[in-house]
Amino acid sequence: MLRYIRKRILISIPTILAVTLLVFIMLQLVPGDPAEIFLGEKYSTPEILAKVRHDMGLDRPLYVQYLDFLWKAMHGDLGRSLHTGRPVLEHLVIAIPSTLELAFAAMAISIVIGVLLGILSALKHNTWVDSLSMLVALFGVSMPVFWLSLLMIFFFSVKLNWFPAVGGGDLKHLAMPAFVLGVLNSSMLARMVRSSMLDVLNEDYIRTARAKGLYERTVIIKHALRNALIPTITVLGLEFGALLGGAVITETIFSRLGLGKLYIDSILSKDITMIQGITLFIALTYMITNIVVDISYSYLDPRIRYE
Amino acid sequence: MNDRSTPSLVIAKKSDAAWAAEKPRSLWMDSIYRLSRNPGSIAGAIILTALIVAVILAPFITQYNPIEITPKERLKPPSTVHWMGTDSFGRDIFTRVLYGGQISLRVGIIAVLIALLVGVPMGLMAGFYGGRFDTLIMRVVDIMLSFPGILLALVVIAILGPSLTNVMVAVGISAVPIYARVARGSVLKIKEEMFAEAALLLGCSNRRIMFVHIFPNILGPIIVVATLGVAGAIISGAALSFLGLGATPPTPEWGLMLSEGRNYLRQAWWISTFPGLAIMVTVLSINLLGDGLRDAFDPRMKIN
Repeated sequence: MLRYIRKRILISIPTILAVTLLVFIMLQLVPGDPAEIFLGEKYSTPEILAKVRHDMGLDRPLYVQYLDFLWKAMHGDLGRSLHTGRPVLEHLVIAIPSTLELAFAAMAISIVIGVLLGILSALKHNTWVDSLSMLVALFGVSMPVFWLSLLMIFFFSVKLNWFPAVGGGDLKHLAMPAFVLGVLNSSMLARMVRSSMLDVLNEDYIRTARAKGLYERTVIIKHALRNALIPTITVLGLEFGALLGGAVITETIFSRLGLGKLYIDSILSKDITMIQGITLFIALTYMITNIVVDISYSYLDPRIRYE
Repeated sequence: MNDRSTPSLVIAKKSDAAWAAEKPRSLWMDSIYRLSRNPGSIAGAIILTALIVAVILAPFITQYNPIEITPKERLKPPSTVHWMGTDSFGRDIFTRVLYGGQISLRVGIIAVLIALLVGVPMGLMAGFYGGRFDTLIMRVVDIMLSFPGILLALVVIAILGPSLTNVMVAVGISAVPIYARVARGSVLKIKEEMFAEAALLLGCSNRRIMFVHIFPNILGPIIVVATLGVAGAIISGAALSFLGLGATPPTPEWGLMLSEGRNYLRQAWWISTFPGLAIMVTVLSINLLGDGLRDAFDPRMKIN
């Protein structure tokens, strides 16, 4: 087990380095000179620009700049926002809790709905219950997140006045965005749970369990579900990562001051260092999530370790 | 399906075999036959065809101009004159939804074409040559996949700048890893087949084996993924325009229209509702068709 973990971490190091390089190169590709953006309207003479470029270290060779970027990033220094002048990390630390809160709440909702719907349609395979659940799931996959969000705001904020439309901070503000993301993500999960449950229900050990005379409930919960849920862990890991970066739209609509909104604002205002810092943070978090998923997967299904 | 011993499946297999013996068909005809028996995909295909026809014939269906401003007609609710009402500039929403369909379908299709043109050759060559080349390509794919969800498209937009054309490129690039993986996976299976080895022994060039012998055989899964991909690309494209990173006013783009209607939710619910409905119906019909295609091309589903 430990050997597997070590191997899994070791093979991801080159990818992590490549991601940092890519993010660094990105900074070079974004049109505009960071020093000019930083100076904004104050920019007057070439001398001042040259001085700022020197202060920011932009006059050094690119590989030196990259190594410097890497070294500083490893020590938690992601540079400063070109607009506020405050460290990027400081902005991140303020935004992360809001995004994490949303991601966890949405995950919880999607797991409850997705797993229940998936099990239900697998058990009632090829009946109207199955068809209906899968149709609902298909609607969920086809529903644009921004439209569902607007419909929710229209009914529950404008018409019924039950929940506040925008802002963050408490459960009332969290309810609608978490519900929207949870419901939409549950569709994918429901389809996944259904198909893996159907696979498992056809296994010999399920027939054995039934032949032993176990209660159907025991067969389903103890024997089938536990095995059927293993592949869905991967989906959950991917979902969590996507929620970190992909809550962009939801956060923007509900005006939640999370990572996604910070990211969009940075792109719109060409805050290159912020874009770089947030991209790096999300990509690394996502990779770490995937490593954790792989490791937990191999813990739950030992066959994987020996491949 | 592991459950081969149950009687019903044996019967199903027999009748399948009997059917095949009566009428020999190609794999493609077989798939089309299965597709035609799937009510969901038929419904999807019909809705999608109707949508495409309506969108192309937009100038003949509606007499209004999608971008012309008519101040005295502003914020009119749906009626017999304006089927979906008018927006804050007095423009007919129905007309804008129809013209918007041209844009959204184009975004979806072009984005997927970009992804296919880059991703499929990558996967094809990685799977065919294997070794170091394969490792290199798959590492690139891994790096691209370490940007979750819409993030990779956002990164591309950040570099290229916001515009509708760049949205197509961004959505296309962010889907490249999917096609590279599907193509590679299929090639790995196909290249062990007898006919591929036979082609090699006959002295065919690598390029000929790849494109003439292997490529047609991996088309099935690629078509399925590409169909579902168009649906996803339409949503992503609309999302980027919604965020203000794609189409610019007064373009009748669905995502942008939704975003413009946000400020009028209280007075004029119809501005955002109809473009949203249009996105959902389009994406749903493509997904229905795509799901049907997947079942039709997946031999495991034959038993059901």
